[in-house]
Amino acid sequence: MLAKRIVPCLDVKDGKVVKGVQFRNHEIVGDIVPLAARYTVEGADELVFYDITASVHDRVIDKSWVSRVAEQIDIPFCVAGGIKTLAQARQLLAYGADKISVNSPALSDPSLISRLQDEFGRQCIVIGIDSYFDKDSQSYKVKQFTGDETATKDTQWYTQDWVEEVQKRGCGEIVLNVMNQDGVRQGYDIKQLSIVRALCDVPLIASGGAGTLLHFKDVFLEAKVDAALAASVFHKAIINIQALKAYLQQQGIAIRR
Amino acid sequence: MSQQSLNNPSNDSISNTVQDTTVIIDTGCANLNSVRYAFERLNNDAAINTHVLVTDDLTLIKAATRVVLPGVGSAGAAMNSLQNKQLINLIKGLTQPVLGVCLGMQMMSTLSSERGGKDKDCECLGLIPTQISELDSRGAPLPHIGWNQIMPSAHPLFDGIKAGSYVYFVHSYRAPLSDYTIARCQYGETFSAAIAKDNFMGVQFHPEKSSDVGANILSNFVNMNSNTDFNAFTPLTLSNPVETNV
Repeated sequence: MLAKRIVPCLDVKDGKVVKGVQFRNHEIVGDIVPLAARYTVEGADELVFYDITASVHDRVIDKSWVSRVAEQIDIPFCVAGGIKTLAQARQLLAYGADKISVNSPALSDPSLISRLQDEFGRQCIVIGIDSYFDKDSQSYKVKQFTGDETATKDTQWYTQDWVEEVQKRGCGEIVLNVMNQDGVRQGYDIKQLSIVRALCDVPLIASGGAGTLLHFKDVFLEAKVDAALAASVFHKAIINIQALKAYLQQQGIAIRR
Repeated sequence: MSQQSLNNPSNDSISNTVQDTTVIIDTGCANLNSVRYAFERLNNDAAINTHVLVTDDLTLIKAATRVVLPGVGSAGAAMNSLQNKQLINLIKGLTQPVLGVCLGMQMMSTLSSERGGKDKDCECLGLIPTQISELDSRGAPLPHIGWNQIMPSAHPLFDGIKAGSYVYFVHSYRAPLSDYTIARCQYGETFSAAIAKDNFMGVQFHPEKSSDVGANILSNFVNMNSNTDFNAFTPLTLSNPVETNV
């Protein structure tokens, strides 16, 4: 049985792991490699590193930490943030990243997804989507440049349409990050994730809102996602990954122990 | 208990003079470092001492104690790369243990239906008589990404690996079950998680990303050399192909 994945996300800014509430006021929570190693030992199934500064400031970012992570950890990991070109993707994969995740640059130029897929295969192309509930239109919509509050903007994309579009263009996985829920630990947005699940033929990773063990159980059993991503509950030791996995297994969910 | 020490009592004296080498073939595709790091981590175990190198040098590959054929991307692109590097006949002639990983395993087959934009199937190395085609996930999301359970056979590559162990998969194509299956996995249909013939063996999953289970499998491979007797094992004569619910 394919196991449901628990994926700690490490938001990286200037070479450190940070966390902000609803993408704001980032505080440093630790160094990249030791945190990655700790989560691996605790039973994380995969790691995601989001370099949240990258899309905003158009500058060359030192990504050599990726090879240090690859040297030390023996589970898969994905690197996100500011990947706009095939050359940048190639370098990260050469450093040892298993997957690369693209968010804002794919919104600016959707053809990037197909070009990445043609070059590296869809299995390593993850599309991150920052989705929010737009009260005016009573619908789910996509935001861009969420790494910096001053740069964040709304897009014309409805979330469902963008989910279809990125699959058509050849992504291998989708991370749906629900922004209204982020960092406030009120639970994953089961309703929205279930809607997207129905449209999603590739693996779907839920992100945003995890606060309790029950939230993880609900997102796996009700929204039927393949993986659940969380950050603050792990960084702040509110939830221990081993205890979480033991609990989920007791609930009858396929889990790697 | 390693097989080579039984078959070759002089192994110890040889290893004092000849460096044990694990060569990872530089196929020209990205992400060879993950495989290299995984083998290098094995050297932390006092019982293992292998020099790991990534190269496309024909002489070095030929002289290696064992060879790894990695691969990412599409079958066609990877086969082209081997062709351009004049590696195809060399690989076919290797007599030491050879391990294909993921696409590397698929390249060991005779033919892959992963066309990658071409108008016909991709001819592969023909080392293991099986053909690669699309995984039938019976409606589950594709690619097959994540940790899934394997049912290993008695092949020495899976020495000490329990039925139901989790390893990490990322793929959309697969080798079907056949006489050459040495481990199986289920995702929709049941397919070959690993195949082997003689000194050639391949795994569909990524042992380099499969935590302790993966490290054990790689360490079993590192315990093989040109003295390993693969005739002692044939998948067909398996005494106990484990059947368990997965």
